[in-house]
Amino acid sequence: MSAAAADWLPSASVTASGRPVLSAGEVERNLLPLVDLEPEENPCLAPLRGCLLALTSHRLIFLHEPSRTARGLPLATVVHAYPPHRRHSHNPLRSLFSSSSSSSSQHHRIRLQISMPPARSEVVAIVVTCKADVDVFFGRLIEAIRARAWEMTPAAAPASGAPVAEGAAPAEDIAIRMPVVGVSGILRMEQESWESAGQNLQDAFQDLNALMSKAKEMMQLAEKMRLKLLTNSSTESNSNDEEMGSKQDMQDLLLSVGIVSPVTKETAGALYHQQLSLQLADFVRIPLEKAGGMMALVDVYCLFNRARGTELISPEDLLQACSLWEKVDVPVMLRKFDSGVKVIQTKTHSDEEVFARISSLAQKPDALQKGISPSDAAFTLGIAPALAKEHLLNAENKGLLCRDVSPDGFRFFVNLFNEIDAQNIYTQKPHGLYHAWISVAMASQ
Amino acid sequence: MQRLGDFRLPPFFNYPPYFTLQPVRETREKQVQLWKDLILDYCRSQKIHTISLEEDFPLFSNPKIERSLSHEAKEVFLAALVSEGRAEWMDKGHKKCLILWLRIQDWANLILNFVKDNGLEVMTIEEIRSGIDTRGTELEGIDRGVLMRALRQLEQKGKAAIFKGTSADDEGVKFSV
Repeated sequence: MSAAAADWLPSASVTASGRPVLSAGEVERNLLPLVDLEPEENPCLAPLRGCLLALTSHRLIFLHEPSRTARGLPLATVVHAYPPHRRHSHNPLRSLFSSSSSSSSQHHRIRLQISMPPARSEVVAIVVTCKADVDVFFGRLIEAIRARAWEMTPAAAPASGAPVAEGAAPAEDIAIRMPVVGVSGILRMEQESWESAGQNLQDAFQDLNALMSKAKEMMQLAEKMRLKLLTNSSTESNSNDEEMGSKQDMQDLLLSVGIVSPVTKETAGALYHQQLSLQLADFVRIPLEKAGGMMALVDVYCLFNRARGTELISPEDLLQACSLWEKVDVPVMLRKFDSGVKVIQTKTHSDEEVFARISSLAQKPDALQKGISPSDAAFTLGIAPALAKEHLLNAENKGLLCRDVSPDGFRFFVNLFNEIDAQNIYTQKPHGLYHAWISVAMASQ
Repeated sequence: MQRLGDFRLPPFFNYPPYFTLQPVRETREKQVQLWKDLILDYCRSQKIHTISLEEDFPLFSNPKIERSLSHEAKEVFLAALVSEGRAEWMDKGHKKCLILWLRIQDWANLILNFVKDNGLEVMTIEEIRSGIDTRGTELEGIDRGVLMRALRQLEQKGKAAIFKGTSADDEGVKFSV
């Protein structure tokens, strides 16, 4: 069942690789791999089944992975969240006879009271149908609701503030908030005492958190400047080239600064590598295009970590994330050359195109005479020398080039062996590659 | 045109990759073919019968482009000749190689035609190798081992008889044309 059925929730957009698109300033907080969302009281609302739940600073995003559709429940609409529990069936007989209800009673449920426009209150339950640390999730949820991050961002990014405003009406929220009495009051008290116990621990990390929040602010600033530059350059398209050039540089610089909400072990838990893999797939698309469809893994590692800022990943994590691409439908792939060099390339990347460029490079008069080195090729193709060498070796394998190893180094020449007539070695055709090479070689004597 | 003594070198002798053993199979096959032909042509024109891998061989380096064959490359090219019956290793260590720019069979025919054309019936071995009659022909300076094998082949066919003289270097052959 796709998430489209639950049209009582605002839909959320999804990236090409199937990660939720976050709005400005929105940060991922935690993930649960498999949940259902069940309205508890109103049968008119369709439930959501088998979704990945992403908790962000702004929303609960229910992502139905097979159909790559998502629904977002704005945290602003959550009036109250009840701590997780396992449902005890109201009717003990029912649980005796119905196997399905007895199995569902094994699952943790987090009940949420939410306000729906115009002025309706509903109770829905997040049913956690997988093994996960529900208490940690709940803790994060409460933190996110308290932090009210959505109230800070609309001013910073009015353009992308829409998704937040969609379901939320803060004024109404307050109006229908229930008084703190009865069971929920006790629960809330419990919650607060639990939190004050955690306070001591958090104090210890305060300095670190302060640093992190500064880093986040920097990223937001970068994002804001980038947006501003983008709008400027589109309106003043006739400004002079030099200015455009510097703007482009600046944009590139800012673009490479930030992934605003990096996937971390902390937020994604068991889903870490899978989610990292998807985020990486989204991230490398643009740098790959600029690099001509292929990049060395080390280069990607550097770029990706620079973009992540404080949340660095290990090379092992990167490799794992890349190797998971085989299992999902993403437009990029990991490739290992015979020499062992690993690269990331787009699936549409064609070696033929690279071969054509190398061939034409090798046939220039200078290259005919002296051959080409990996660094020559790197310069012409605009890629790293290690990668250029792989391309040259590949072209050699194809029979386009052949090698010359001498004290001067390792160079490649256009392959003339097939052009030479073994029966008649002294005369040659008055045209073709061999002829071109001879005239260049003779001229240099 | 570049020359090595009075031998005319083909243009690709100045192509640097010609001197590097090519790792890709198809390219190497072509390279080996070109080397085999050139070695045979050169040896025939210079009447060279043996190539020693330990010593410098003019064909195996090109000072003009500062390239020369590695030991491995030399061995590969000569081994290719050996496998075609156009050369033989003279020792187990593959240090010396006998080049047969004519196969033994062809040498035998050449000798037979030579004695027929010149109406000769009896010759000593030394006469064939350095006598007046063979001067200026391909037989001049023929390797003694190669000559003896060609003559023995003729003997088996009943076209010649080798006889011993008074001393070891005084062997002769009687042809029955």
